[in-house]
Amino acid sequence: MIATIGLTRTPGLLDVPYRAMEWLLDRWSDLLHFAADQFGIGMLEYGFMHRAFLVGILIAVMAPLIGTFLVHRQLALIGDALAHTAFAGVAIGLFVNAVLGIGVSPYLTAVVVAVIAALAIELISETTDAYNDVSMAIVLSTGFALGAVLISLNAGGLAVGVNQYLFGNLSTVSNQNAIILVGLFAVIAVVVGATYKQLLYVTFDETAARVAGLNVRWYNRITVMLTAMVVVGAMQIMGVILVAAMLVVPVAGAAQLARGFREALLASVLLAEIAVLAGITLSYHYETTAGGTIVLVAVAIYIAAVLIGKAKSSRETVEDPQSIANEQTSD
Amino acid sequence: MTHISIDSVTFGYTASPVVEEVSFDVDPGEYVGIIGPNGSGKSTLLQLVLGLHRPDVGEIRLFGRPSRDFVDRERVGYVAQDVTENTKAMPITVAEVVLMGRFPHAGFGRITAKDRERTWEALRRVGIQHLAERRITKLSGGQRQRAYIARALAGEAELLVLDEPTVGVDAESVEAFFDLLEELNDDGMTIVLVEHDIGAVLERTDRVICLNRELYFDGPPLEFADSDALDRAYGTNIRRDGTVTVS
Repeated sequence: MIATIGLTRTPGLLDVPYRAMEWLLDRWSDLLHFAADQFGIGMLEYGFMHRAFLVGILIAVMAPLIGTFLVHRQLALIGDALAHTAFAGVAIGLFVNAVLGIGVSPYLTAVVVAVIAALAIELISETTDAYNDVSMAIVLSTGFALGAVLISLNAGGLAVGVNQYLFGNLSTVSNQNAIILVGLFAVIAVVVGATYKQLLYVTFDETAARVAGLNVRWYNRITVMLTAMVVVGAMQIMGVILVAAMLVVPVAGAAQLARGFREALLASVLLAEIAVLAGITLSYHYETTAGGTIVLVAVAIYIAAVLIGKAKSSRETVEDPQSIANEQTSD
Repeated sequence: MTHISIDSVTFGYTASPVVEEVSFDVDPGEYVGIIGPNGSGKSTLLQLVLGLHRPDVGEIRLFGRPSRDFVDRERVGYVAQDVTENTKAMPITVAEVVLMGRFPHAGFGRITAKDRERTWEALRRVGIQHLAERRITKLSGGQRQRAYIARALAGEAELLVLDEPTVGVDAESVEAFFDLLEELNDDGMTIVLVEHDIGAVLERTDRVICLNRELYFDGPPLEFADSDALDRAYGTNIRRDGTVTVS
């Protein structure tokens, strides 16, 4: 099994966790089969839907988790740039597979390429002292162009598989790709869990964070590398073109509703879960593309959040004369 | 021990220095006001003190250690001009911002009950505990600057460094803000304040430092008013009441 992901030289190292993950995937499938039988949910009869839901649920946790730190630093576009470079990574993976006749998952090469691109963007911004949208646009189009050229070079049997990477596909989430995603999820959860305070400080006030002794550059590098991982992980069902929406749309919706940062983080995950679960279900029933459906649901939720937020804030100003009086006296 | 020690420091972003041959010390419990015209290098000097830049020449020590390598970061509290401009839409409560003062203490560890307690004490100290669960962006400029002071207090800072904290704060709140600084100073907090309002510095602080690339004056406010330092530093005509007319 390890040979299929091209890690033949270190079978002992990854064999055990890989098999453990396979076992866990089987149990997850059992659970959904059981749910299908109990509640008569037809779409849960299929193995590919089990993997799609697992991948979707995990994406809806990790994308807003990282997206919250990006959006509030006005870095929403970085997800888009990295997704397009990840496409180059996919193309490299397909190319290498075709030339060497091995079976490396294109998602693995995509992770590597996207993380390198993320670091490159970060280093450019460090030397020029700004995340400028021009360099972001250049990285974005270079990545996509490289991907397009590599794929056309190899047009033989390759063009067939490209749609799946551009638009995502529920039915092509293999066991192996699901396991890669669980691995990415674990890395992101652990890193964000360990550095939450630091990331928050850097996001809110970079100068004060530096004064407080944080190595801001390293936390920025960590953020963009995690973004690259999220983007590649979510690409499977969202596709290159729409993946950045998961980093941004639920976060923007949550910002309308939440007062605090932790609250916003939780709300964005919740909104993303609703979007993903509803989106996958709708796309199954109406045979639409999953990525597009999920994004449309997410945008609908965002619009609802904006309206609710507006209604809430206008009610607050009417109902809250006491605290307004307090504010005036306390200053 | 001296809190800040600046020894003939020169620094420039390019070849021409923004700060040249500046030396002075700040002792525990002092309340120092730094004034100077726009572009006189006063904010840069603060950033040098905070270790955000390395001096080209000379040395800066914080609590006896070179400021770039200074590790007891929680001993310094920093309040800048209103920073929320960039984070207008960011959902974060006042309590969450003040809790950040505890982050250097917590490191990679968990936030403890003691951290939360200190946060509440700090909020009470600056008188905004009733706003704790508000979004920071919903506060007035004056309240927000109080929140940043509370963040420094929560971190148990011994030295408070403020860079034009009253920009964009209405006149009435500015008075209350300076009252708060005075109270903190009375309680033993060392304060270094960069301020464009010369009148406020003369009236409120114990020691005036006047800067325009080089040091023009360092001494008590009364002496400053009698000297011609302001005239030389600003190149302006000054009346004794602190009103400045640019010539």
